[in-house]
Parts: sequence; structure tokens; C-alpha cells
Amino acid sequence: MLKKDLGLFILILVVAAVVAFLNPRFLSQINISNTANQVGLFGIFSIGEGFVIITGGIDLSVGSQFALLGVLFIDLLVTYQVHWAIAVLLMVAGGMILGSIHGFLVTRMRMQPFVVTLCGLLIYRGVARYITGDGNAGFAFGETYPWLDWLTKAKFFGVVPHTFIAFALVAIVMGIVLHRTVFGRYLFAVGKNEEAARYSGINTRRVIAAAYIICGALTGLASVFMTMYVNGVTPSVHGNFYELYGIAAAVLGGCSLRGGEGSVLGIVLGSILLQLLQNLVNLLGIPSSLNFAVMGGVILVGVLGDQQLVRYRGWATARRAAARLEEAAPSAAVKQSA
Amino acid sequence: MGDPDSSLRSIEEIDPTLPDAAPFLELVSISKTYPGVVALRDVGLFVAPGEVIGLIGENGAGKSTLMRVLGGVVAPTKGMIRIDGAESASLTVNEATAAGIAFVHQELNLFDNLDVAANVFIGREPLWGGPLKLVDRKAMYGRVRPLLDRLDVDFRPETPVSELSIAQQQLLEIAKALSFDARLVIMDEPTSSLTLTETSRLLEVVAALKTSGVSVIFISHRLNEIEQCADRVVVLRDGCTVGALDRRQIHHDAMIRLMIGRDLKSLYAPPAAPPGSTMLDIEAMRTSTYPADPVSLSVRKGEILGLAGLIGSGRTELARAVFGIDHPRAGAIRLEGQPIVVGSPRDAIDRGIYLIPEDRKRSGLLLDVSITENISLPDLASYSHATLVQESAETANAELQRRRLRIKVPDVGDQVSTLSGGNQQKVVLAKWLSMRPRVIIFDEPTRGVDVGSKSEIYEIMRELADAGVAILMISSDMEEVIGVSDRIAVMREGRISGFLDRGDFSEHNVLKLAVGSTIN
Repeated sequence: MLKKDLGLFILILVVAAVVAFLNPRFLSQINISNTANQVGLFGIFSIGEGFVIITGGIDLSVGSQFALLGVLFIDLLVTYQVHWAIAVLLMVAGGMILGSIHGFLVTRMRMQPFVVTLCGLLIYRGVARYITGDGNAGFAFGETYPWLDWLTKAKFFGVVPHTFIAFALVAIVMGIVLHRTVFGRYLFAVGKNEEAARYSGINTRRVIAAAYIICGALTGLASVFMTMYVNGVTPSVHGNFYELYGIAAAVLGGCSLRGGEGSVLGIVLGSILLQLLQNLVNLLGIPSSLNFAVMGGVILVGVLGDQQLVRYRGWATARRAAARLEEAAPSAAVKQSA
Repeated sequence: MGDPDSSLRSIEEIDPTLPDAAPFLELVSISKTYPGVVALRDVGLFVAPGEVIGLIGENGAGKSTLMRVLGGVVAPTKGMIRIDGAESASLTVNEATAAGIAFVHQELNLFDNLDVAANVFIGREPLWGGPLKLVDRKAMYGRVRPLLDRLDVDFRPETPVSELSIAQQQLLEIAKALSFDARLVIMDEPTSSLTLTETSRLLEVVAALKTSGVSVIFISHRLNEIEQCADRVVVLRDGCTVGALDRRQIHHDAMIRLMIGRDLKSLYAPPAAPPGSTMLDIEAMRTSTYPADPVSLSVRKGEILGLAGLIGSGRTELARAVFGIDHPRAGAIRLEGQPIVVGSPRDAIDRGIYLIPEDRKRSGLLLDVSITENISLPDLASYSHATLVQESAETANAELQRRRLRIKVPDVGDQVSTLSGGNQQKVVLAKWLSMRPRVIIFDEPTRGVDVGSKSEIYEIMRELADAGVAILMISSDMEEVIGVSDRIAVMREGRISGFLDRGDFSEHNVLKLAVGSTIN
């Protein structure tokens, strides 16, 4: 795990060095600060997506949840004049409700996660567009929410964006949850072999459902940052394809879509690399139409290279283990020849 | 490997005089080395037409590698293969098939979405329609029928494979082998998931193959089967041929001695004391597989109750219900007289009722996770403070279990998948021995486990029983049921058909209850 993360970290450094060399503006405070903001926006829900992927599932509905929750968030603030703090909590709760619906359908109704969340993707966006009459949801002119603005858009000492700080906090908490707690162990166990986990007394359905709920909560939290960042929601495009950023970050970070593998550090590094690539496209004057192509290419090469490395390492360990065995107890065959 | 035991003769001393025919296939001093491992060293083997060879050895002795060489999957590093006088250094898969070598694998390689005939001819279907390459279904079914007749099976070419039992699938594999005009059929642990009757049926088929001139290499850990069917036994240990036994020399003890290179302590130890009070009471339990058949049985402290019966007789279903995997239709469980409700495996585990499942790779282990994490999984709460897992406590316990159960592994941080079957089973055991067992249900405890580990597992079972644990052992291995149990319950079609006490133990009695024949 650690070696994998280290490899990704080095890749990030190399890409950053190349970009910095080709365009020194990369290192300017404003650029780094903006990129960090993007990393925060996209990183928060990527960790949730990673949790679901570790159980062997997937959540395709994240982007549509942004549209739906964003519309509801603005509605709460503008139409219903709900206090912003309560609205934020309601967004997290809303994400958790959607997550628990997914979890219920996957664990109790035995539906496939791909199907469940694909339907979610279609339904949530459709509902969001219906609510706004296929228009925009925006804040009334001149109406401001100073505290909310400060929380979501300000920068710590004018440098570190609060989105990034929120992301870091989420990463630390979720890192502890995944890698240190009993629940984290269960999550991996369920992803590796659900049946064996059940035979070991783990309530596998509850663990899997919890992963979807966590993903929903983080999506709800991220939706607040997203909405504030864009300063409004156009439900037909808001958050389109964003689930793919989450999946890509998780996969780059070492999560296997078969489940049972992954780390929060990996997902964090994956999110950073993705945004770095976006930045690279902008700074190096690559046509922005190639944006996705660059990202896809790097993910492909990255995952391919990593798997080849794992294969090589597996082979090398097998060899070492064999040598060790021979040392400990030379086989009868070897003795005979001596 | 000069074992100074006069009753054993090394392979050189045995005059390879053969019944009627000269060998058509010979392997001469085959060696195979992998980086750092000698898998085979100077192994020789010959096969005469119509000969049944029992190939035995502990797991890792080199049986599979040798068979892979025969099948053309692995090229030997050294040595020579002679088929009908033609010599070559190695075979390809196609050459092996052309020479009439066919496999019946331990893990069946069938397509259960296709029917019997389609499986036999998979990849070489008779065609018509020229360039359209349509499958000639009529020819296919017509050609499969005589093959099935030859084996006298009770299914038809049109039967979907999904409707076949494991035993029938095995026969289908044999039919498939015959369709290649096989001269040598290699069976790798063919009986490991068969019931007694199915096993004797398979042994009949082996005998029939033999009379029709087809040779068989029969690999099995079940030595009584080897005794029944083999003309000659070849024993491998640590990649070398350590001996061969001809028909008259084949018996149990000789085979074990050659396999492990020493005398095995008596496999089965008697109980230290008579069993105590009742630990587990199952009352009128009805599983969803057999909703009309209530099962009642009880196991006492210190007792090993063997649960015999055919596969599908409802034994595993009963175990799953007691352990909380399935919800029974009705019935009650009492533990030391106290009624308990088991709604999930967690409920069972919390009360000290543990299950060692029949398929350890599927249900018992996380294969690519460390031994340590596998052992602590059911009891993580005990290794954690404020829900944070303390890895040092886990590792300490894993080390303890490794020494106690003699799990052969350099490092408890290694993945379980690197272990042999026997050692994997010990890891499953270690999970439960780290806790406080009151009842342990063993479902086929030694399936796919080599003789050495087998005796160790029996020893552990007896130790547990002597320490007051009640043990329910489901087993389809007759030797095991009779050897290990203090009392035997036999199930038939969802019901308990009878109990046997030590004095009445015999294969005959168990079988009679299992199949329900009313002889006398």
C-alpha cells in the first residue's frame, strides 16, 4: 500500500516539476491556491466514492446528487429563508438519506450497485431539472451570506482555501476510520470476501449500507462547497460526470473495482493528480477539448504501470520466499545431490 | 532417502514386471525447478495399458507438477518423455491430447449454462453448412450417447449441466475424456466432494475403464480408495519418488509411512474422560431445504459427535441454521440448558458457537489478507481500544496461535493464500481458538488437507473436546467419521435416521442408515 502511494506521490512531483519548468506561472501563489481549491472541491466526495468502491460497489449518482442537493440548498436559503447552518446540515442529511436508499436497495433488495446508482443518476438530475423548470437556481441579487461565504470561499491567511482545509480534515478523519478502526477492517473484509466476512460474524449488510451513507454524507457536504463555488446551480449541467472524477481518483489511488483494496492517502493523491492534470492542460496551452483525453491517458498508463509493478513484486516475493524456505530446510532433493 | 525399514523397498528394487503389456508411456528422470524451488527431482513413472496407478503424497510433494508435465502444461527442466517409443523432452498440450492423455480435474471445468453434449464437444463441435459453421446438433448428440452408455450414467446428452450433481459432473468429465479416445485418464482428487455411494460408483467406472484397456492415474488423499482400485502405488515426497508399492503391498500403513517418511502416531486419540453434561441441544429444527423434517440432536461437553450422511442430506443446512447463517423455519436451540436465539452468526459467536465451514476459501478465509488479520477478524473488539484496532495485540495472538497450531509459515504477516490447504485450515481454526469456544461445528474439517495436517487437526479436535468443548463434526469421509467420533448421528434426506455408539461403529452400519436400505 505504502509503496503504491509513494509511486503516485513521485508521479505527482514529476508532473508538477515538468509543468513548472515549462510554465513558471504554475508556481505562482494564485495558481497553487486555485488548484488547491479544486482539489478540495473534488477530493471530499472522492473519499466517499472510494469507501463504496472498497466494498466492491460503485456510486454513479454523485454528480446528479450535486444538481439535486444544490437546487434544494438554494431553495432552502432563498425561498424558505432557512438559516444557512441548518441548510448545510440538511444537505449532509439529504446525502445520507440518498445513500441509505442506495444501501437499502443494494443490501436488502439485492440489486447491483451499478444499476441502483445509475437509476439514481437519471432520477436525481431529472428531478432537479423539474424543480427549476429546467432553468437556473441562483441567489437573489444583492443577498449575501457572509458566514457561509467565508466558510466556503475564503482562504486561510489569504493563501490556503477553506475547501482544501475541509478536504484535509475529512481525509484525516476518514483515514482513521478506514485504516485504524474496527469498522474500517470490516469494510475491507466485506470487500475482499463478503461470505467469509459473514461467517466471521460481521453484519455485512450494515457495513455495506454504511459505506453508501458515508458517501452520501460527503457528497452532501461537497454539494454545499460546489454550489457556493459556482454561485448557483444549472441543473442540466451542474456536476455532470463528477462521479467519474471520484471513481478516477479512487482507482488512481489504488482502489480496486473488485473491492477490498484502497487507502485514503491514495485517494487524496489521486485527487491531487487529477486536478494537477487539469491545471497542466490550462497552463501548457493544450486545447481544453483535450482535457478528458489527457486525464484518461494518464489514468490508463498509471494503472497499467502500477499493475505491472505489482506483478513483478509478487514474482520477486515468491522468489525470495522460496529462497528463504530452501535456506531453512533444504529439500530432500537438494540434500541428495550434495 | 534410504529408509532403513525392511518392509519398504525403494523403487529401484522393485522389478517393474507388468501384468500383460509393456508401458506405452514413460517418464524418465523428470526434474522441474522453479526459481529457488525444486518441484521435481529425477522422477520416473511408467504407465501400461489398462493399469490403475495410485499417485499419493502430501500436499506440495509434486503430484500436481508431475501431472502438469504429463498434460503438456509445464515443460520439465530435465528428463525425457517416451510415448509409444517416441522420445521427446517435453509435451505440448496438443501433443498430450493426441497421445490420449486426458484430465479429470479436482475443480470441474464445465459450463453449467450448456447441456451435456455441448460440454463434451466444446471447442470442437461437429459442423455443417460450410462457411456458416453451424453446429450439427444431431451428430453431436448422436456421438455423445454411446459414450454415456459406456459409463452407464443416469443422465442424457440433452441434460443441462446445471441439473447435474457433482458426481454426475465428474462422470461427464470422464465421458469427455473418453471422447478424445483417451488411453490415460488422470483423476485429481475425484472423490473429494463425492458421497460414499457416488465414490463406489466412481470406483466401478475406474474398474470399467481398466477392463476396456484405458489406464488411470488416480490421485487421492483417501487411502482406502487407493487400496480398492490401484494396481500399483507411486509415492512422491518433496519432489522425489520415495517408493512404489505393487498390488500385494498396498495397504494403509505402508502408504502413510512412505508419504510422511515416518510412522504416524495413531491418527485418532481416544477421549481422556467420558463426556460431561449436555452442552448443545437442537430441538425439532426445520431448515428451509427440508421444511417438513424436524431434526433433534444434542452434543455433550467433551464429546465429538460425528454427523454422517450423503451430501445433500441436510447436514450443512443444519449447521448453517445453528450458526445463524440461515434462518430455520422452526426449532429451538439450548446451550447448557438455556434457550438461546441465534438470528445471525454474531449471535452464535457471542455465545461461543463456532462454525468451520466446508469451503474454507469461500466462507472461511480472506485469502489475500494476512494470517494475523484473518485470525482476529471475528473478535476485533477484543483487540481494540475505543474502536481503534491495536495491531500489536493482534500480532501477539497470531504468533501464539502459530506456535500452538504449528502453522507452517515464516511470518504471520504473510497472506493466507501462500499457505497449503492444511495450514489454511489451521488458520480457520485459529480464528475460533483465540476466543472461548463452547461448541465448534466442523464441516468437512480435512477436505483437501494432507495426511500430516490431518492428524494434527484430529489432535486439536480431541484436545478441545478434552477441555470441555462440544464438537459436532460433519464429514463424508468414512474413515474420519468412524475414527474421530465418540458417537455418530446419521442423516438421510433431512432427517436423523439413527445414532450409533462407539461399539456399533462400522462402515456398514453408517451406510445402512445413510442410504436407508433395510437389509435384514
